[in-house]
Amino acid sequence: MSTPGDVAGEGWPLYEVFVRANRGLSHVHVGSLHAPDDEMALRNARDLYTRRNEGVSVWVVRSSAITTSDPDLKGAFFESPAGKNYRHAKYYEKSAEVPHL
Amino acid sequence: MTLTAPDASALHPDDDVAELQARFDAIIEADQRIEPRDWMPEAYRKTLIRQISQHAHSEIIGMQPEGNWISRAPSLKRKAILMAKVQDEAGHGLYLYSAAQTLGISRDEMTEQLITSRARYSSIFNYPTPTWADMGAIGWLVDGAAICNQVPLCRASYGPYGRAMVRICKEESFHQRQGFEILLELSQGTPEQHEMAQDAVNRWYWPSLMMFGPPDDESPNSAQSMAWKIKRFSNDELRQRFVGMLVPQAEVLGLTLPDPNLRWNDETGQWDMSEIDWTEFNEVLAGRGPANAQRIQHRREAHEQGAWVREAAAAYAEKQAAKQRQAA
Repeated sequence: MSTPGDVAGEGWPLYEVFVRANRGLSHVHVGSLHAPDDEMALRNARDLYTRRNEGVSVWVVRSSAITTSDPDLKGAFFESPAGKNYRHAKYYEKSAEVPHL
Repeated sequence: MTLTAPDASALHPDDDVAELQARFDAIIEADQRIEPRDWMPEAYRKTLIRQISQHAHSEIIGMQPEGNWISRAPSLKRKAILMAKVQDEAGHGLYLYSAAQTLGISRDEMTEQLITSRARYSSIFNYPTPTWADMGAIGWLVDGAAICNQVPLCRASYGPYGRAMVRICKEESFHQRQGFEILLELSQGTPEQHEMAQDAVNRWYWPSLMMFGPPDDESPNSAQSMAWKIKRFSNDELRQRFVGMLVPQAEVLGLTLPDPNLRWNDETGQWDMSEIDWTEFNEVLAGRGPANAQRIQHRREAHEQGAWVREAAAAYAEKQAAKQRQAA
């Protein structure tokens, strides 16, 4: 999650907003807002993040419902793919000049 | 989320601060972005909170001079355009408040700082807007200066701030163009209309140049902000760039920029211009601008008179939640 901002003393819960720009695309995180309930969060998200036809669908989700990885693990959490470059097509060089590969 | 508590030292009890600082410096050095849950120096956090919240306040206060003109805008189309612009400014304020909140300050605290005059906002909004041409001059000059300032902020080292600025810059360009067109129509209209446009440009030109802040040698925080890559260009650099953009635009408008000493200097590669009257700027900055008290009072009243709406929304949400609990 890229904009966690829940702060003690906020009156209303924090919501994260995701917008699908067009059919066929994923919902993408666009920002956050505070709202008293889910329905108001959805309406506020529409007014705040889609004033210029930016989307055809909106998701809102309470930030407190999102589980995130810990930024302080210094990359340990993402260590497993390191050294496994054979997972990338670029690793296989002998076929570089062969067409359609 | 409890992990976003603002007290960084509490989050990192076992870590060596020097090591955290080194990691922070490396991220800045590599031109990567700092994100909300990363460790950051307290001074960096404070600088950002001050800058982003001031910026948010400016957007919110900036709704007033234009909101004032909606009922008097000369056609239905103009009213609709002005409403869209004011609505954008509310949106920009909200994007920026959200960005500031990721640094550990609450929305309520920021609102409180604004309505009790403990927080600053752009002094430009403390000038009065007596004519319709002022709507044009604000769009062309004030929004123009804002864009010039804000485009480099899209690359600010703090992720949420940069992302908010990307959205804002996309929307601001409509603001500047609509201002330009208001001035163009007036300038090409009757002699009285032309005069009105020129008068507005005369009044807004210098304040818009002051929006870039004091000269580089008198700007105490600039060097640190540039080292942190929050700021990418100095005040004077941006001011020069802005003047360079205005000159050909003023020609298209058929209007004059009110500086008899303005000319391109081939030797220095800069625009020569008259000295800026910073005494006026400092007066306005200190809250003694023509409309300062009025702007804050209006904001305070709007906040207080809107309390029942916030309370009603919270009561409704609570009632619905109680109903759901009963049904479960």
